[in-house]
This record gives sequence, C-alpha cells and structure tokens, in this order.
Amino acid sequence: MAGLNHYLALSGLLFGIGATGVVLRRNLITMLLSIEVMLNAVNLSFIAFGRFLGAPDGQIIVFFVVTVAAAEAAVGLAIVIALFRHVESLNPDSFRELKG
Amino acid sequence: MAYNLILFYAFGAVAVAATVLVIAQSNPVYSVLLLIASFMALAGLYVLLDAPFVAVTQIIVYAGAIMVLFLFVVMLLNVPREEAVAGEIEAHESGSARAFGTLLTILMGVELAWALGSATRLGGRFAGGQRATAWTVREIGRILFTSYAFAFEATSVLILIAMIGAIALAGRHLAEKKPSPISHPQSPITAGSDKWPG
Amino acid sequence: MLLLIPLLPFLGFVLNSLAGRRLPRELSGGCASMAMLGAFGASVAAVRQLAAQPAGVHAISYHAMTWFSSGDFDVPFTLRLDPLSSVMVLVVTGIGFLIHVYSTGYMHEERPSEYARYFSYLNLFAAFMLLLVLAANFLVMFVGWEGVGLCSYLLIGFWYQKPAAADAGKKAFIVNRVGDVAFILGVLLTFVHFGTLDFQEVAGAANALAPDTSFGTVSAIALLLFIGATGKSAQIPLYVWLPDAMEGPTPVSALIHAATMVTAGVYLIGRNAVLFAHAPQVLLIVAMIGAATALWAGALGLVQNDIKRVLAYSTVSQLGYMFLAMGVGAYGAGIFHLFTHAFFKALLFLGSGAVIHALAGEQDLRRMGGLKHDLPVTYWTFLVGALAIAGIPGLAGFFSKDEILFRTFASGHQVLWIVGTLTSFLTAVYMFRLVFMAFHGPRHVEPRDAPAIAPHGGHLHDAPPSMAVPLVVLAFGSIVAGYLGVPAILHGANRLERFLAPSFEAPSSGGAASAQAAMEAGGGSLELALMIVASILALAGIALAARFYLTRPGTADRVAARFPGLYRFLLNKGYVDEIYDEAIVQPVRALAEGPLWRGLDVTVIDGAVNGIGAIVVETGGSVRKVQTGSMRAYAVSVLVGVVTILGYYVWR
Repeated sequence: MAGLNHYLALSGLLFGIGATGVVLRRNLITMLLSIEVMLNAVNLSFIAFGRFLGAPDGQIIVFFVVTVAAAEAAVGLAIVIALFRHVESLNPDSFRELKG
Repeated sequence: MAYNLILFYAFGAVAVAATVLVIAQSNPVYSVLLLIASFMALAGLYVLLDAPFVAVTQIIVYAGAIMVLFLFVVMLLNVPREEAVAGEIEAHESGSARAFGTLLTILMGVELAWALGSATRLGGRFAGGQRATAWTVREIGRILFTSYAFAFEATSVLILIAMIGAIALAGRHLAEKKPSPISHPQSPITAGSDKWPG
Repeated sequence: MLLLIPLLPFLGFVLNSLAGRRLPRELSGGCASMAMLGAFGASVAAVRQLAAQPAGVHAISYHAMTWFSSGDFDVPFTLRLDPLSSVMVLVVTGIGFLIHVYSTGYMHEERPSEYARYFSYLNLFAAFMLLLVLAANFLVMFVGWEGVGLCSYLLIGFWYQKPAAADAGKKAFIVNRVGDVAFILGVLLTFVHFGTLDFQEVAGAANALAPDTSFGTVSAIALLLFIGATGKSAQIPLYVWLPDAMEGPTPVSALIHAATMVTAGVYLIGRNAVLFAHAPQVLLIVAMIGAATALWAGALGLVQNDIKRVLAYSTVSQLGYMFLAMGVGAYGAGIFHLFTHAFFKALLFLGSGAVIHALAGEQDLRRMGGLKHDLPVTYWTFLVGALAIAGIPGLAGFFSKDEILFRTFASGHQVLWIVGTLTSFLTAVYMFRLVFMAFHGPRHVEPRDAPAIAPHGGHLHDAPPSMAVPLVVLAFGSIVAGYLGVPAILHGANRLERFLAPSFEAPSSGGAASAQAAMEAGGGSLELALMIVASILALAGIALAARFYLTRPGTADRVAARFPGLYRFLLNKGYVDEIYDEAIVQPVRALAEGPLWRGLDVTVIDGAVNGIGAIVVETGGSVRKVQTGSMRAYAVSVLVGVVTILGYYVWR
C-alpha cells in the first residue's frame, strides 16, 4: 500500500514541475496553469497528511485552496486580458514598464 | 494491498506525465486540456486517500469550471504559439544567470529530498491516526460550517472581491477609455507582435 | 466712544493703504487729517465724559471683547480712560492732528503714491499710540507698544532709497527690540507674580505689599519695565537710536520722536506708579539714569551741527528730565513736563522742518544764518519754542521744569537737583546757539546757490499756510500749556497734578494725594528760591549763547580749540556708537557668522538635512535596480525565498 512518503514525493515532484513552468515559460497563460499545478501539488500533500493523521482538516484546507485558486484564476486571467489589450502580447518580458 | 500501490503509481505516472507536457506544450489549448487530464489523475489519488468528496470537487470545480475559464480566455485571446524559442533564451541570458538557476534547482532538490527523508524518520507519528472509513460529506460539512465558519465566510468575501476585480480589470470600459488594438476591427489580432520587443 | 479713538486713525490707515495711491494728494492727506481730527473730537468727548463721572470714579472702561482665555489666563481687550491716559490721548490726537496738517504741506513734493504711503503710516502710528495709552492691561499695551515701534521703523526709513535712512530705521528697530525683550519679560513676571495683567488690579495687588526694599520680585518687574522704557524713550544706554532717527521726515521726528512715542516709556512708569513706588531702589535707578541722560544728551547737543540732531539730543535730554521726575516720585510733574514738552518740542521740530523745507533739504547749521527776515513766521514761533524749552518764566517749560527740579530737591536728592539745574543751563545754551546760528548773523547761504537752494523763484519762502497754522497753534500751546499746572506758590491751583493724582494710586486708596498736598504746602519759599535760581541760569545760558554766537562769533571756535580733546569727544557723540559697535555688534556678528552660521547652520543643520536627502537618494538609486520590471525575475526571487526558508529548516 502506498504510504505517506509516496504521496509526498509525488507532491514534491509536481510542485517542482510547476515551479519550473512558472520560471521558464514565456506565456502568461501557461504560467498561470503552472501555478495551478503547484497549488494542486500542495493540495495533494494536505490530503495525504490528513489521511495519515486521521484528521478531516486536510480536506477542509483543500476546499479553501480551491476557492483561492478560483479567485486567483479569475483575477489573473482578467489581468491577462487587460494586458493583452494593451500590448497585444502574452510574453511577460513585454511588460517592462515598471522597470526601476 | 498491492492494487492500491499499483493504482497510486498509475495515477501518479499519468499526473506527472500530463503535467510535464503542460509545461512543455507551446500551444496553450493543449496545455489546458493536458492539465485537465492531470487533475483527473489527482482526483483518482484523492479517492485512494479516502477523500471522495474532494475528488469530486476537484473534477467539477477545477477541471470543470476553472479550466474551462482558462480555455475561454485562450480562445478569446487566440494566441496559439509562444513566441520565445530556446535559442533566444540562451542568447538572452548570461552564463552566471544560468549557473545561479542551476544552483537554485540543485538546492531545491536537495532540500526536498531532505524533507522527504525527515518525514520518513517521523513516519511513526502517522501510524495510529488512520481511520478505517472515509470522512463522509456530512462530517466534512459539519466541520466546515462550525470550526471553519469564519474562514468560510471570509472566502466568500474573497470570491466577491475577485469577481469585482475581474470585471473591473477586463471590463469593456477599460478598452473604451484607452483605445487599444483589439477595439479596431481593421487591425487583425496577431500573435507574436514584433512591435513590442522584450 | 473709547473704541472710536484708535479706530478712526486705523480706518484712515486702511483707506490710505488700500486706495491711497489712486487718490489725489489732497484727498489722501485730507482723509488722514480728518481721521485725526475725528479722533481728537472723540477724545475730547470721552474726557468730558470722564470729568462728568461722579466723585470717586476715576476711569471709564470699554470692554471690546475677550482677546484670549486659556485656563486661568484671561486677557480682555479692554480700553480704559483715566486722567493719565486722557492727558496722553489729548496730546496724541491734538498734536497729531496739527502734525498731519503740517505734513500735507511738508510732504507735498512726494509722488502721490509715496504721499499716501506716508499718511497711511502716520495714521497707523496714531492708532497704535492711542491703543498704547488707552490699554487697560499690559498685553493690549504691548500691542500698541510694538505697533508704534513698527511705525517708527517704517517712518524713519521712509526714504528707503537713502542708505542712511534705511540703516537708521534698522538701528531704531533693533535697539528698541532690546528694550522690548525686557518689557515682555517684565509682563510675564507680572503675570507670574500677581496673576493678572490689568493695570488697576496689579496696582491694587502691589498696594497691599510692603515696599520692596530688598530687591525682590516687585523690584525685578519694575526694573524690567524700566529697561523697556529706556528703549522706547531713548535713555542711557539705549538712547543711540534717536539721533539717527532724524533721517526720517521732519514731521515724523516731531510726532513720533519728540511728542508722543518716545514718551511712552514715561507713560509706562506713570501707569505703573504704584508698582514703582513699591520698588524704591529701582526708582533711584530711574532718577539717576534720567539725570545722567539729561546731562549727557544736553552736553552732546551743544556741539552738533545738524539742526535736527540738536533737537534730537534735546529730546533725549528732556526725556531724562521726565524720568528724573518719575524717579523721585513726582509722577504728576513728569507727566506735566511730558505734556508741555510735547507742545514746544513739536513746535521746534516743525519749525526746523520749515527751515529745512525753505532751504530745500539743507540741515547743516553752519550753512544757515540770517533767516530771521526771510522766514518771519518760522522765526517767531521757533523763538517761542526755544524760550519755552529754556525755561523762561511765563512759558510752558518753566512751570513743568521747575516743578521737577523742586520736587527733586524736596525729596532729598540734592546731587540730582544740581545735575538737573546744570542741564537746564545747558538747554538754554544749546537752544539759543541753534536760534542764533540759524536765524541771526550773516547769511551763509551764498547768493549764487540761492536759485538752486530755493527753486520757488529765487528767494526763500516762508512756511505755506498748511505749515504755518500748526506752528502758530503750537506756539500758542507752548505759551499757555504751562498754566494748567501753575504751582500753589504762584497762586495757581496746580489743576493738572490734582487731576492726574488718582492715576498714580491704587484704585481703592485715597491717602497718597493728601500727603502730596502737604509736601507742596510745606516747601513754599524753597520752591520760589529754586525757581529764581533756575530762571537766572536759563537767562545766563541765553546770554552765553548770545555772546558766543551773536555778538562775538568765533568765540566758540576758540573755546573748542582750547579743549580739542573734549570737543572732539562731544562732536563724535562720545564715541558711544563706536563702543557699542565694538563691544556688542561686532562680537555678535562674529559669533553669528563663524560658529553659528558656518559652523552650526551650514555643517550641522544643513548637513543633516542634505545628508538625509543624499542617503535616501543613494539608497533609492541602488534599490531601484531590484525592480527590474521582469515578471520572471520576481518569480525567481520568490523561489530564492522558498529555498532560503527551507534551507533554514535543513540547516537547523
């Protein structure tokens, strides 16, 4: 049977992939998708911990994370739309107007 | 039970493979669809972890709602390809930056490995807490609306703010105030515009 | 009614300062004069109202508003008219009106805008001066006190294009500031000690105390107030500004620097007579300073060659007399002299102004002479003023000056009496030196200079009517003003002193007046003897001046040649200005420029401010680079943070 370590390892792997996507990709939508991947990796570890502790709190936290993810996706995508209207590009390197 | 482990590896492999492809894809439409596949696999893992309600929520809310939102935006913006190519990255970034990135990655890997190792060492703590049966929706709902009632209401406010924010940011009035290329029917919306070099 | 007195000149100031430059000269000068005439009418009405009060009531008050109120500290904006302030009000408005009228003629050659500026200042001065004398407490008085100082500065420096005038204005202002600091300290100490600033309440509280013989708080208050008075009234050691103040227009010298403002210090002491009476040591200081100033300024007046400077030193000297009177407790006599002096000194200044006007600005006595026939009105009125100030029997100055000398002698200060009598001799000498040099003897005005000097048609012209009428009125005043205070020995009633007496007592006491009356009765034959001595000396002084400057011109030069050191010492005003410059001005300037400006201000204060600015700029400049504007750089920085935090747990 798969133990806690299995799930944590999988969670870490997914988190790493997501982080890689955020750093390496040059498409705002893909970056947002990578963030969703990272959130889900965390979700997985929460549920695994909850399962192996016998506590329901892990699952409850996941609901909140999903809610926050939904909010984040809504606002993030709205920003993407606004930016795209402005610059007509999804490359994050196009938005350098805040350079100090 | 062995089938449990087999299912874990199967779902895990699907999730990792789909996620890697999400990152590797240059077409966002494919990325979104692959991410849905990854989420499905995660939902399977949740079932294995005796969390069937979360698994269903994952499919309905995540795969169903949020990902469809992403898909809508991708279709709306109509940007199929990412403009950056690998060669450009190498041309852009210096050796020291790459060395720094490599160092960071190695450090992160080492730390994650160590964290996993320590979890193994502390594994005994998690031995006795396991329950025979899964948490029912009734139990989860009761906890959610008693112990976590405040957090729950706070998230509802968060959702409201996000909604207002999304409307304010992406609403039509912004485009009316500042004429943008998208409001001109003559100018075709093209991806990879070279007017704005990075 | 009381409020109307300072308000009318103030309205004149507002009108002239706002609309004056667009008004013709006749209108702006006329409005200013009419405001003063109105104030004079209001003053007369108010004084009649005061006189009509039932017996035992010696003041009428007008409470305009509560100025400020903080805890126990209430300052009402109250005006109060009592016998002392009624004398002052009548002097200020009456003589002020005459000088306004005179000014309309004297300043006629100014441009309309300058003309209006002049009259607005003059009206503002009158308003502040009236506020000063009508104030019922120290703070309202202080407003007037500072206000007249400001107007004095503005009017001394009226011809601000002339560096000497601008410097003189600054000098007057700064020297006065020294006195004002002492004055405000005295006011603060008064409040701390008595808990009130109202003159009557302070007098009442002080009256309840025993005389302060060991130099306690009451003496300190009195001394501080007296230092304030020396600043405003040009006494040693703060008299140096007054001679320089003669750079202002001559009517200003007459009004501010002879008749009214400079007497504010005397008034201040009279107003706080009860307080001073409880500080006998300070009174002695007042008397000695007064006598010393009278003698010193009289001696300096002997050798000056500028007609206005002679009069300025004469003013300082006469103010010394007033302080002498105050110091020996003869408050009524001091105010009496103030009153008569206002007439004849204003007259002398206006007369000198007429001379200067006729000679197109010439002020040097050595270049005058023989003006008697050309300027008859000026000459005769000036002569009346000179006789009055010299103390010739029958004229105003005689009665007031002899009253002071007698009271000095009677109070046991024989040395001070000798000084005072000597000064009265000097007064006669320098005044008649002035008269003889200016009006008698050969013409020193060269005929070929005449057209340039007298541009109005080749010959010197006497004062125009607007200037002549005030001269005549003041000459009349110089003759009759003294009869208000004829002493009992000459079968007079000394009405002024009796009228003033309630002002020098605490509101509720009635014993002091009778004591004064007893002293007057006792010294009858002595007073007569002193009077004769002083009169003889005055006549001797005139005779000496006549011998030196009229019958044997050149005698004075020979005397000067015999005592060259003394002569040069007096001619250079005793080098007092130079001593002050070396002892005070230069060290202060060195301190300010060296350690304070270059040391403290530039390096420490500016350095701190600029340093903070530079640090912020530098930090911002380096931190700025962190904000790359690149989203992926931010993502990496988040990652670095994650690695660091995780690393912390690993390392731990």
